[in-house]
Amino acid sequence: MAQTQVRPLVEDELPQEPKGEWKKYFTFNTDHKVIGIQYLVTSFIFFLIGGALATGVRLELATPEVDFVSRELYNQLFTIHATVMIFLWIVPAGTGAFGNYLLPLLLGCNDMAFPRLNAIAFWMIPPGGVLLMSSFFINEGAAASGWTSYPPLSLMNGKSGELIWILSVLVLGTSSILGAINFLTTIIKMRTPGMKFNNMPLFCWAMFAASILILVSTPVLAGALILLSFDLLAGTSVFNPSGGGDPVVYQHMFWFYSHPAVYIMILPVFGTISEILPVHSRKPIFGYLAIAYSSLAISFLGLIVWAHHMFTSGTPAWLRMFFMIATMVIAVPTGIKVFSWLATIWGGKLRLNSAMLFAMGFVSMFVIGGLSGVMVASVPFDIHVHDTYFVVAHLHYVLFGGSVFGLYASIYHWFPKMTGRMINETWGRIHFVLTLVGFNLCFLPMHYLGLMGMPRRVAEYDPQFATINTICSIGSYILAVSTIPFLVNAVVCWRSGEKAPANPWDGLTLEWTLSSPPPEHNFPTPPVLKTGPYDYGVRERRGSKKRPISKLRASDILSN
Amino acid sequence: MQGSTVNSEQTIAVAQNGYSDGHGASHLEDHPDHRIFGLYMFFVAESFIFLGLFAAYLTFRAVTPEWPPEGTPELELLLPGINSLILISSSFVIHKAEDAIKENDVKGVQLWFAITAAMGALFLVGQGYEYAHLEFGLTTNLFASTFYVLTGFHGLHVAFGLLLMGSVLWRSRQEGHYSAESRFGIEAAELYWHFVDVIWILLFILLYLL
Ligand code: HEM
Ligand SMILES: [Cu+2]
Repeated sequence: MAQTQVRPLVEDELPQEPKGEWKKYFTFNTDHKVIGIQYLVTSFIFFLIGGALATGVRLELATPEVDFVSRELYNQLFTIHATVMIFLWIVPAGTGAFGNYLLPLLLGCNDMAFPRLNAIAFWMIPPGGVLLMSSFFINEGAAASGWTSYPPLSLMNGKSGELIWILSVLVLGTSSILGAINFLTTIIKMRTPGMKFNNMPLFCWAMFAASILILVSTPVLAGALILLSFDLLAGTSVFNPSGGGDPVVYQHMFWFYSHPAVYIMILPVFGTISEILPVHSRKPIFGYLAIAYSSLAISFLGLIVWAHHMFTSGTPAWLRMFFMIATMVIAVPTGIKVFSWLATIWGGKLRLNSAMLFAMGFVSMFVIGGLSGVMVASVPFDIHVHDTYFVVAHLHYVLFGGSVFGLYASIYHWFPKMTGRMINETWGRIHFVLTLVGFNLCFLPMHYLGLMGMPRRVAEYDPQFATINTICSIGSYILAVSTIPFLVNAVVCWRSGEKAPANPWDGLTLEWTLSSPPPEHNFPTPPVLKTGPYDYGVRERRGSKKRPISKLRASDILSN
Repeated sequence: MQGSTVNSEQTIAVAQNGYSDGHGASHLEDHPDHRIFGLYMFFVAESFIFLGLFAAYLTFRAVTPEWPPEGTPELELLLPGINSLILISSSFVIHKAEDAIKENDVKGVQLWFAITAAMGALFLVGQGYEYAHLEFGLTTNLFASTFYVLTGFHGLHVAFGLLLMGSVLWRSRQEGHYSAESRFGIEAAELYWHFVDVIWILLFILLYLL
């Protein structure tokens, strides 16, 4: 051990968790790694809360009659369920947690561009969330007009609940905008020397695209909510037809945010999946540039398709035609990604651990949601299934089967890096099986319910749908149970799991060059890239311009 | 035993020179070189709130049979016209402050900021006077509501600009707080003021002239 004298200490030799270390997670800390974990844990707690609300919804729907909760409470349950899942779980977990934790590590810098702003953005989340939940405890109850909060309905339910809803969405939206400013500046300005846009890891591309969407679309939602709150409180009738206003303008403004929002929720996960698949397939990513630029294409197209949510809102026929075609075009860049992922794992040496299982689950479930998406994009079909359970099925295949599966995959993949401990694989696989089974049991039958005409957002339904709804509810209980093995596994392994090496998966991106967990200031000096992020099986880098090419080419598949 | 599981050979070679280009910024400080860039991002976001509201206004206008709705009193142009002139010229005044700080002239900054702030305050007083004498209220009709929300929201931005200038003035009392090398606060307040100005021009055209 004489050499310890001459070489600098590395993280593993330092006492790993000095006493009281956990306390930093409860402070205004500006370290992006701390903030990332704060986001992840906070949003996961809200995921559990949103899940509890969903279980309430499914308990009510297990039988055709209104029995478990009142109609009023039922409306509050699904409204707050969706709001929590979107604004307090998927958006902060996808962009906030992984964006913050990973971007500086992947880009080779020490922190985000604006660490203090970053901490401020995070600390808006807990008050925003608590505010929203508090509305259950006031007399009139929580907002009950759906997460879309369409006027005039949203002006007719309890005023206080609606106001709280507006305020908390404004707070959470602001937090998300501040985050996006940070992400964009960091990606554009802080890449380690030698890292060009065209060789940065794909997650950075995805965050770049998602941040643009946040920056451009979230403010429009804020504008809509400001006008809505005037209608609610000051007696104006901007959106109220009985006073000369126009509710359809609200819908336009709302969906100008909320359609891009679905990409804000899926793009970061597209990014992490593009990182996870090559590592566990031991192959270079297929179609790096295609995946990278399709993210930009998605964010551009995502801004011009919003009225596909309004095919039945009196949108003129010619406009519906435009939005229908534009919407269907989005399937192209999305398909490019899916095929590139498939080609990446094709013929790879797959490591079927929990991260990879969830990643492959993501690809397959998301494709189902993408297909039903193209179906509802076509006007004649959508006129039949709009506001039925078919839409509920679609959105859960993309948001749960997509975003949530992807987030789980990302948690398993980076758990060793974040905590310095390995997570138990057996329990991870049990978690995966339970999630996959529960998810499909819960949401696959909803396609059928929707086609048969069962409307969404109603507490009671025609008895002919009873059996299928019971099946859906059972699926939801399995989903609820599935979080238990995950939670126990994560908590136990975080505290006393096997110590993680720096690079347990033999990954090539920069975060794996650091100890697990990374030292406080990440890189002692700016890292110099010697290989590309996905050069698996590539002996040496053939000049910085060449990108590694997957062994599989399109012609291989075609000639087979 | 190497003691380290960090396999830096595999993917990186560590550069020998230290961080010379700001990569070493600590967790505690916002990155000094990028703050203006971040500020522009913030303006993008702000613009989209206003663009959203403008688009809403134009849509209301397009779908309402008569605009402004029947019975809306004519808008007086003189006062808002003067007000616009005040606001626009204040943008030139505040620019003087930047010239001054480039010469390390903090006194000059204080002077130009004080004048700009006074002009901004005058604008707000003018707007208050206009509100008080308009013959329609917030809830009179769709035009009135959007008129008040748009101008009020802009007024709020003007007020925030005054706060920014106030805080620059406050800090500038401290010797050496601002200098030619360290002038982010001054630049930020100035850029923000230009931004508020541009928004006003668009708003004025939209509400008063169109
Ligand atoms: C191939 C891509 C996609 C297409 C063509 C598509 C199309 C559509 C259409 C036309 C609707 C409106 C249905 C209706 O209300 O009648 C819809 C609803 C929805 N989509 Fe998608 N979608 C796609 C991908 C996604 C993705 C990736 C997400 C999220 C990650 C998503 C989330 C949603 C949500 C949440 C709704 C329901 C909104 C509501 O009314 O509450 N979609 N989709
Ligand atoms: Cu959409």
